[in-house]
Amino acid sequence: MAARKGAKPKKTAKPAAEPESAVAARNKALDRTTVELIRSAAQEVHGEIRRRHKPDLAFPVRALGNVSYSARKGYFEIGRQKKVRTLTVNTVKSFAQTLRMMGLSKELVENNDFATKRDAYYQSKNWEEARFDEQAESDTVMDDIEALFSVRGVSREQLRFVPDEHGGAVAGNLVVLDPDRETGRVERIDCTRFGSGAYSIPSTVEHLSFETDAKFILAIETGGVFQRLQSHKFWQTANCILISMAGVPTRATRRFIRKLSDECKLPVYAFVDCDPYGISNIYRTLKVGSGNAAHLSQFFCVPHARYLGVTPQDIVDYRLPTHPLQDVDVKRAKDALKNDPFFQAHKDWQKAIDQLMRMGVRAEQQALAKWGLNYVIEEYLPRKLEHPEHFLP
Amino acid sequence: MAGEQPSLFDPNGMHMASARAAREAAPAAKPRAVKPRASKPRAEEPAAADPADEAAPRSGRRRAPARATAADLAKKQREISVSEFFAKNRHLLGFDNPSKALLTTVKEAVDNALDACEEAGILPDLRVEIEQLAETRFRVAVEDNGPGIVRAQAPKVFGRLLYGSKFHRLRQSRGQQGIGISAAGMYGLLTTGKPVVITTRTDARRKAHHLELVIDTQRNEPKVIRDAEVDWGRPHGTRVEIELEAAYRGGRQSVDAYLRQVSLANPHAEIEYKAPKTGEGGGEQRFARVASELPPATAEIKPHPYGVELGVLMQMFRDTHARNLRGCLCEDFSRVSPRVAEEICQRAKVAVTRRPGEITREEAERVHAAIQATRILAPPTDCIAPIGETLLERALAADAKSDFVVAVTRRPTVYRGNPFLIEVALAYGGDLPAEEPITLYRFANRVPLQYQQGGCAITRAVTGTDWKAYHLQQPKGALPIGPMLLMVHIASVWVPFTSESKEAIAHYPEIVKEIRLGLQECGRKVSHFISRRRREADEAKKRAYIDKYIPQLAIGLQQILGFDDAERGRVVETLKDVLERSRRL
Repeated sequence: MAARKGAKPKKTAKPAAEPESAVAARNKALDRTTVELIRSAAQEVHGEIRRRHKPDLAFPVRALGNVSYSARKGYFEIGRQKKVRTLTVNTVKSFAQTLRMMGLSKELVENNDFATKRDAYYQSKNWEEARFDEQAESDTVMDDIEALFSVRGVSREQLRFVPDEHGGAVAGNLVVLDPDRETGRVERIDCTRFGSGAYSIPSTVEHLSFETDAKFILAIETGGVFQRLQSHKFWQTANCILISMAGVPTRATRRFIRKLSDECKLPVYAFVDCDPYGISNIYRTLKVGSGNAAHLSQFFCVPHARYLGVTPQDIVDYRLPTHPLQDVDVKRAKDALKNDPFFQAHKDWQKAIDQLMRMGVRAEQQALAKWGLNYVIEEYLPRKLEHPEHFLP
Repeated sequence: MAGEQPSLFDPNGMHMASARAAREAAPAAKPRAVKPRASKPRAEEPAAADPADEAAPRSGRRRAPARATAADLAKKQREISVSEFFAKNRHLLGFDNPSKALLTTVKEAVDNALDACEEAGILPDLRVEIEQLAETRFRVAVEDNGPGIVRAQAPKVFGRLLYGSKFHRLRQSRGQQGIGISAAGMYGLLTTGKPVVITTRTDARRKAHHLELVIDTQRNEPKVIRDAEVDWGRPHGTRVEIELEAAYRGGRQSVDAYLRQVSLANPHAEIEYKAPKTGEGGGEQRFARVASELPPATAEIKPHPYGVELGVLMQMFRDTHARNLRGCLCEDFSRVSPRVAEEICQRAKVAVTRRPGEITREEAERVHAAIQATRILAPPTDCIAPIGETLLERALAADAKSDFVVAVTRRPTVYRGNPFLIEVALAYGGDLPAEEPITLYRFANRVPLQYQQGGCAITRAVTGTDWKAYHLQQPKGALPIGPMLLMVHIASVWVPFTSESKEAIAHYPEIVKEIRLGLQECGRKVSHFISRRRREADEAKKRAYIDKYIPQLAIGLQQILGFDDAERGRVVETLKDVLERSRRL
C-alpha cells in the first residue's frame, strides 16, 4: 500500500464540493426557521396572557419510558408524552427562566454566536431574579427547550447551544474540511498526519465535510486499544478510519461518526468491552441514542453501526481471561432486557446478553493481550473483519 | 434524739430522711454486732475473728485486734445532735454545695411566705434580697405581707428544726418541699455563726417584733439573743434574714430562674427581687402579679386506704381515737363506709370490734392486704386546686415574648389512692430560642423543681411524646427542639418524689399517662398554630415569588417578541392579576 496514500485521497464525499455561498444560504434559512419557531412559541404564551389565561409550555418527557424504537428507522424516537408546565405560583420561576433562555437563544442566532451550557449559566447571572443558582438548573432548562424545539425539527446546535465536551480522537484515511466561521476559508485536515497523536473532534461538526477512500469506520471504546491500533497504523493495513469514543460517545462524536458515515457511505463497526456497560450504554447510545436525549437521536446516532466485538461468544472462542459480573452489571443487563426498546427489538442481542449472564463474566478489549500484545491487530480484527455479516446488529 | 425523731420529722416531708437518719446513726449508737458477716452476737468475744479467718487458722501469729467491749462502746453511745446530723446529711436537705445552699434558703423562705399569705387569705407581696458580703458570704432576706407570727411562736417556727404547721396532714401545700426555714437558719449559723434575724408584725396597731435567734444545736432549742419592738413599714408581715456561706450562679438552677418560675406558677404573687451586683440584670427585678384572686383554699383530706403503707397503717392504728377497728377505718380514712369497713375486716379475718391499739403486726398486714382487695370509691378530688388555664396563659404571656400561648388543666384523677391533677402550659415562638432544646419547667404544688430533670416522670413523659407529630423537631429520646417554653405542674395532696431530696417525680404510670395526655392536648394546639403560621409564611413567600419572577418572564417575552415597554407592563399586570386570582380560589 502506498505510504502517502492518505495525502491525496480520492474525493468520494459528494457534499464536500458544495460551494461556500450555498452553505451560507442554507444556514441563513435554518436560522430564520429557528427564530420563527422561537417567536411562535413565545407568541402562544403572549396570546394566552392577553386572553387572561394561564399560559403553558409543553415539553416532551425525556426518559427511556417515552422512547420508541423501530428497526426500520434505526434510532430511538421520542414519544408523545408531554409534561405541561402551566404558569402557576410554583412554576413562575422556571417559566421565567425558560422564556429568558429562549430569548438568549434568539439573540445568539441573530448575532451568529453560540454559547456552551456553562456560558449560558453565566449569562443568566445578568437576569437578576431569574438567574440560575446552579448549572444543573440551567442545563435542565436548556435540555427542555432543546427537546421542545427538536420535535419541531430544530437541533440544539441550531439554537446555538453547543456542548462543552469535545469529541473523541480520529486517525486514518480521512481529510476533514473545516471552513472558518469568519472568512469561510476551508482548512484541510489530513488525519493521517498526526504522527503518534490524533485529530480531535470539535464540539460542533455541522459545518465539516470529508474526503476519504477508507472502507469502514472502527469506533473503539478505550483509548488504550485506539493507541495501539494507531501506533501500528492499523488504519493503513485495513484502510479504515479509527475513532476513539473514550466511554459513552459524546454527542459531537456521535454526530461526527453519523455525518461521516452518511456522507461517505461507510459502514461503522463498534469495538467495545464485553460487558453490560459496553453493550447497553456505549454501543446502544452510539447506535440508537439515549433515553434522556431521545429528541436528538434523529441526528445524533449511527443507526447502521454494527457490533464487531468483543462478543460473549468471543470469550469462549478466544478463551479470554474474564472478571465476574458485578451486581451493577447484572442489574444493567436485566434492565436492558426488560426496559430497553432496542434490545427488545433484537433477538440476537437478547441471546447474547443471556449468554453473558449465564457465563456470569465480562471481558475487556484488552483481554486479547493474553495472546500477545499485537494479537488484536494481527489475528483478532482481521479474522473478525472477514465476516462483517456475523456482527451483532 | 432517737426516741424523739419520729415525732420531730414531718411525715409529709421527712419520713424518708428520718429512716435514713436512723440508719446513719446506727453505727455510732449500736454495738458492732450489726456487722453483717457476724453470725451471732459476740460482744463478749474480744478476739473472735471473721469466719474466713477461722477457716484458715494461723495459730499464734494472729494478732487479736483491739475490739471494743460492750462497756467500751456504751461510753461512746450518745445522742447525736441535730447539728451533727445536719452536717452529715446536708445533701438530703438541699445544701450539697454553696450555690444550691443559696437557692434552698431562698426557696424555703419563699415557700413559707407564700403559704402564710395564702392561708391568711392575703395576696402575697414578696421581696427577696440577696446581698453579697464577701467572696463566699451572702445575706438572704425574704419579706412578705403575710399575717405575721405571734411573738411566742416565732422562735419555734424559725429556730427549731422540723417544727411547723404541716404536720400529719394530707393537703395540697408547698410544705412538702425541703425541710423548712429553720434548716436554712441552722445552715447559716453553722457556716457563719450569725443568728437568724426576724422582723414580724401581726397588726398595724402594734409595733413589730425584732428577734435574733440562734439554735442550740445540742438540744434543738431556739435561743433568743436579741428581742426588741421596732417600727416597721409594713402593717403586717414577716421578714427573715439569714447570713450564710454560699455562691451565686446564673443559669437554669439559679435563684433568678427559680423566682421567675415561682412567679409563673403563682400568678397571684407579686415578687420584687434584688439580685447581688454580679447577678443577671444586676439589681432590682420585678415579677408582676397577673391575677388578683387567690387560688381557692384546698380542703384537707383523710388518707385514702389504697395509698396507705403498712407502717403508716400500723401507726394510724396506734394513734386513732376510735375504739374499734371499724370505727378507725371509717373515721380516719376517706371513702370507707361502715359496710366497706366490715368487708375489709371480714376479708382480713379480723373482728370489726377489735381495739385498734391491740392489733398485731400480722393482723395489720392482713388488713393491709384486704384493703387492696376491696373495691373502694376513689378519693374526693376537690382537695386539689389547679393554677387554672387562664392564669397559666396569662402568666406565660407576661413572662416571655411569644407568639402563641396555651394551657391545659386536666381533670383530677387518682394514683394509689392519692388525688392528683396535671396542668400543662406552653409558650411558642417570639423571642424564645429556636435552635435549642425547649425549656422545660417542672412544678409540684406550685413549687419549681430545678434539679434532677433527667430522672423525673415529667421529663420522661415529655421526651416520650412524639413532638414531630406536632411540627417540632425531636432527636430520638430527647427534648424537642424549637422556640418553646413548656410548663408541667402536678398538684396533689401527696406528690410522689423519687427520693428525699424532692426534685423529681416518681414514675407512676397513672401520672405519666396524665402528663402525656396533657402534653398531647397542648401539642395539638401548638401544632395547629405552627401549621397555620407555616401556611401563612408559604402564602407570603408565593406572593413574593409572583412579584419577583413575573417581571423576568415579561422581559423574556419582550426579548423574543420585541414589543414595547408599555406592553411589557400590561403583561406583568395581567399575569399578576391572573395568578393572584387563581390563588384565592
